[in-house]
Amino acid sequence: MTHRLLARPELGSLVGAIAIFVFFLVIADPFRQTSAMATVLYVSSTIGIMAVPVALLMIGGEFDLSAGVNVTASSLFAAMLSYQLSLNVWVGVLVSLVFALGIGFLNGFLVMTTKIPSFLVTLGTFLMLQGANIAITKQVSGQVATDNISDMDGFSSARRVFASSFEVGGVSIRVTVLWWLLFVVIGTWILLRTRFGNWIFAVGGNVDSARAVGVPVRQTKIALFMGVGLCAWFMGMHRLFAFNTVQSGEGVGNEFIYIIAAVIGGCLLTGGYGSAIGAAFGALIFGMTNQGIVYAGWEADWFKFFLGIMLLFATVLNMWVRRLAVRR
Amino acid sequence: MTLIEMSTVGKRYGNIVALHDISLRVNAGEITCVLGDNGAGKSTLIKIMSGLHQHDSGEMLVDGEPTRFGSPRAALDRGIATVYQDLAVVALMPVWRNFFLGSELRKGPFKVLDIDTMRATTRDELARMGINLRDVEQPIGQLSGGERQCVAIARAIHFGARVLILDEPTAALGVKQSGVVLKYVAAARDAGLGVVFITHNPHHAYLVGDHFILLNRGRMRLDRKRAEISLDDLTREMAGGDELTALTHELQRT
Repeated sequence: MTHRLLARPELGSLVGAIAIFVFFLVIADPFRQTSAMATVLYVSSTIGIMAVPVALLMIGGEFDLSAGVNVTASSLFAAMLSYQLSLNVWVGVLVSLVFALGIGFLNGFLVMTTKIPSFLVTLGTFLMLQGANIAITKQVSGQVATDNISDMDGFSSARRVFASSFEVGGVSIRVTVLWWLLFVVIGTWILLRTRFGNWIFAVGGNVDSARAVGVPVRQTKIALFMGVGLCAWFMGMHRLFAFNTVQSGEGVGNEFIYIIAAVIGGCLLTGGYGSAIGAAFGALIFGMTNQGIVYAGWEADWFKFFLGIMLLFATVLNMWVRRLAVRR
Repeated sequence: MTLIEMSTVGKRYGNIVALHDISLRVNAGEITCVLGDNGAGKSTLIKIMSGLHQHDSGEMLVDGEPTRFGSPRAALDRGIATVYQDLAVVALMPVWRNFFLGSELRKGPFKVLDIDTMRATTRDELARMGINLRDVEQPIGQLSGGERQCVAIARAIHFGARVLILDEPTAALGVKQSGVVLKYVAAARDAGLGVVFITHNPHHAYLVGDHFILLNRGRMRLDRKRAEISLDDLTREMAGGDELTALTHELQRT
């Protein structure tokens, strides 16, 4: 039984999350307030929603470096389409879903067709999107941000879906926290309870074996890239309806935060092993550290430093736990 | 009953002739051994039978019909299963997930995996082959090489394979483990399967084989029934035949 427990990929990140939680609880007074908890959860959810598909993709043996700028690209796409054509914002929202899935498909298609490692293919789409985001926004709106869409048709209903808040016991909780939980549950369900989940582990663990027993490798991997596109669209919509406008240079660097959350959560860099719940703990560790440093009154610039330490620590811990699990 | 028949099958990769004029039969309830050195064309031959590659001359008949498989799935659907030496399983995945990989059982309106049935079936099927696992949830990488081969063979039989292609199943194994695997090869034959046993070990081949085919640089060098050849002759042919005799003379100390 202990053996089974040790073999769970998320164990290391759970222990890490508890340790960091206790640490900030002890050293930072403001961290103990429920409103601070709500902020931590919100920050974690903005990373966590993307960490789920990124973790699934990593388990499937691939990377997506364009994930961060794809969030910005889909929100820019929705904002400019709706504003320039004076459409109901829901039209922009839905067309941009097709756009984001298309980016995911393109990534997957190029990786599977050219056989070039996904690290390089998505580095290419990352640079292309990063450039196009700013260039097209400047061209269309004459500035580096999109026009404010808060007075347009459909804005308030879209905001309710993507960027509202609700009260629990006097504390305001952002709706993305609920969406995050939902995505983690769906991701876990897919991985452990569906045929597609079995295929994800197989194409990441040993692609040749998977192909030999009839797993549709190409479709599985393309679907995983499209999953990243889907969640990038969702986060893009959240940013758009939370801030009414989009800065075209945003999102760069976030792709690494998603990957770090997945790795802290126990995903193997080489594929074939990991979990969606672990990625959620990874995102929570990110959120707690991000806010905890501020609450503790430290220089915020130390955050990246601590993130690096945690990444190294988590990787070593996960390796150790896995070795313990495999030895019998 | 002939399950697969190849007549004058050839395969080229660009200018390189990988296979030339190969003719053989795979019969139900028989073990056809394909022997040959590295680069003799053994791998190409099984890749054609298992759907990873297509032949470009000659004919392959499956159940009497000319056939060209587009994918491993197509071959599997016709009952032709291949167990590869090094890629039989996904090491980090639990035994039962490996067992059902690509043929998962699902139930209910949401088509969720029927995990309980798959676990129980895996345990039963392995027990029937004499492998008693404490826990089918353990990663298959924890099993020994021989056990992994046996799981892959049990899987092929369970999913209704009529032809079982084994790619060097004993190559990486010790003497004892090889014996275990050979027992399952014989068990598969007794169950009525047509077995294609690829190996470069004539001793292993002769222990179980009914029919021996020796490949050399893509050509058939020898095609004998068990009654027509002795182990010594097979070993000698495998080692190089006349070339070996010549070499012996050449190296003879005076």
